Amino acid sequence: MTAAGGKGNLLRLSAIEALGLIGRQELTASALTGAYLAQINQHDNDVSAYLRLTATEAQLEAAAFEAAAGEGAPPLAGLPTAIKDVLVTEGVITTCASRMLENYNPIYTATSVLKLRQAGIVMLGKTNMDEFAMGSSTENSAFGPTRNPWDLGRVPGGSSGGSAAAVAAGEAIWALGSDTGGSIRQPAALCGVVGLKPTYGSVSRYGLVAFASSFDQVGPITKTVRDAALMLKYLVGKDANDSTSVEHPDEIALPEDRDLAGVRIGIVRELVGKGIDAEVMSVFNQAIKKMEAAGALVSEAGLPHVEYALPAYYILAPAEASANLARFDGVRYGLRAGGAHADVTEMYEETRSQGFGDEVKRRIMLGTYALSSGYYEAYYGQAQKVRTLVVQDFAAAFADADLLVLPTAPTTAFKLGEKTGDPLTMYKSDICTIPVNLAGLPAISIPAGLAGGLPVGLQLIGPAFSENLLLQAAHSAESVIGFDKVSPLVKQAD
Amino acid sequence: MLISHDEVRYVAKLARLKLESGELDRYAGQLSGIINHINKISELELKHVELTSHVIELANVFREDQARQSVSRELALANGPEVEAGAFRVPQILEAEEQ
Repeated sequence: MTAAGGKGNLLRLSAIEALGLIGRQELTASALTGAYLAQINQHDNDVSAYLRLTATEAQLEAAAFEAAAGEGAPPLAGLPTAIKDVLVTEGVITTCASRMLENYNPIYTATSVLKLRQAGIVMLGKTNMDEFAMGSSTENSAFGPTRNPWDLGRVPGGSSGGSAAAVAAGEAIWALGSDTGGSIRQPAALCGVVGLKPTYGSVSRYGLVAFASSFDQVGPITKTVRDAALMLKYLVGKDANDSTSVEHPDEIALPEDRDLAGVRIGIVRELVGKGIDAEVMSVFNQAIKKMEAAGALVSEAGLPHVEYALPAYYILAPAEASANLARFDGVRYGLRAGGAHADVTEMYEETRSQGFGDEVKRRIMLGTYALSSGYYEAYYGQAQKVRTLVVQDFAAAFADADLLVLPTAPTTAFKLGEKTGDPLTMYKSDICTIPVNLAGLPAISIPAGLAGGLPVGLQLIGPAFSENLLLQAAHSAESVIGFDKVSPLVKQAD
Repeated sequence: MLISHDEVRYVAKLARLKLESGELDRYAGQLSGIINHINKISELELKHVELTSHVIELANVFREDQARQSVSRELALANGPEVEAGAFRVPQILEAEEQ
């Protein structure tokens, strides 16, 4: 047990602690899965983390692991896991939180999910998200928003808000998310859990419904950094079905208990202070002091072009989205608008207008505009060059620092409805996470403390394929920060 | 406004989206706000900067051409909204040729 109180509260266990107990036969896979399903039954009407549960299958799988416990059990056997509904799962409806895919029953399973299932996880269900992963609050779900387990009047962040809320609410021991501009890290920060975006290419995107293919990456949302390392170990690898995937140069290692002596950490000066809430900065600065006391060599770092990252992202990602989402045409799968159609164009238009929500339409139009004749050079071409400048900025910063550090999000969890009226204000929720996706780097958000009773995230960023260094430093930081709070929904179960 | 109703209508047509007349005004306003923000990149001198399309060094990925089992027709059609005679049914695309 990591925290005071809650002895016997299975919802407080990390995945690694649960594996230990199961291995010593002090806990059964069925009891563990049962505890999470009971929590879902009790609280998910309020939280709405899940779009679909696979409870019966989960119980059967857990029972099967129990019968075959001991020698030869797969390494992650019996861990109750939530899967973001952007990852296709054979025979389990996968909607991307869109009317367009409301009844879509995939004929194959995403590689990332398949790898975890082969390693023994038990799938509890599919989690809510912003439609097609476009959003920062999970309010863009066609099936209603998810609520933050720390305060049900607030958003969990997004787009992987359902996965982050599930872990924070004790409704999953860990979860899979995806991150295109911050969609793992920002909800993890707002929900007080850990979220890791791996280096672009290190985890297969096969079966991840495409949003912006040159940014999208699958990764873990967990209670601890060591759990994130454990899940990542089973996620990485080249996949013949994703030609942009690569073999990770390192075997992913579980971080060890040690201090931060000699680790050079650069605070990105352009992104602290300006545009970040004072109370978030205060929690962040206290965490940095603790890291410094643990031996970290903290200095300032510069990313001179970082203010151009958000505008460049909102050209490139919608441009890629407008091409990727062209596949939803009412022909091969997904919604087709009912009634007789005068011609095929009318069928396309009615299907897409009924199937897509507001934000998805906005981004498709933005991307179409940026790619249209006369604007392509001014927008898409220029944004690809800005991307180069951001990549170069990071490379220069890593000459003087092993890792960079920032708050993960500029605010704590905001109220439902607070930012839905103004898309640009919502986009700025990702100001600290988007630069990382432009450069394809790995980054992790860990809880840094509470501000006004709500979690604040601290983001560490490393060079490409530096996951072992990043996870080790994050684990050490997590230890010295000593965040031991859980959401009220988990505390209630003590 | 940076983007007019006509431009929104044109872009929606390219994207195969049908907008209600009330939506035109809202999207024109919102897209103008976003484009105004995006235009910030025009401040930069980028003439001598290379493009980045992918952040990880990738060479072309080739493999030998080989025959292998594919998805069955039945599975491929399983999610089709309208299926007939082993194919996806769509509204008529080509004009009937005059005899």
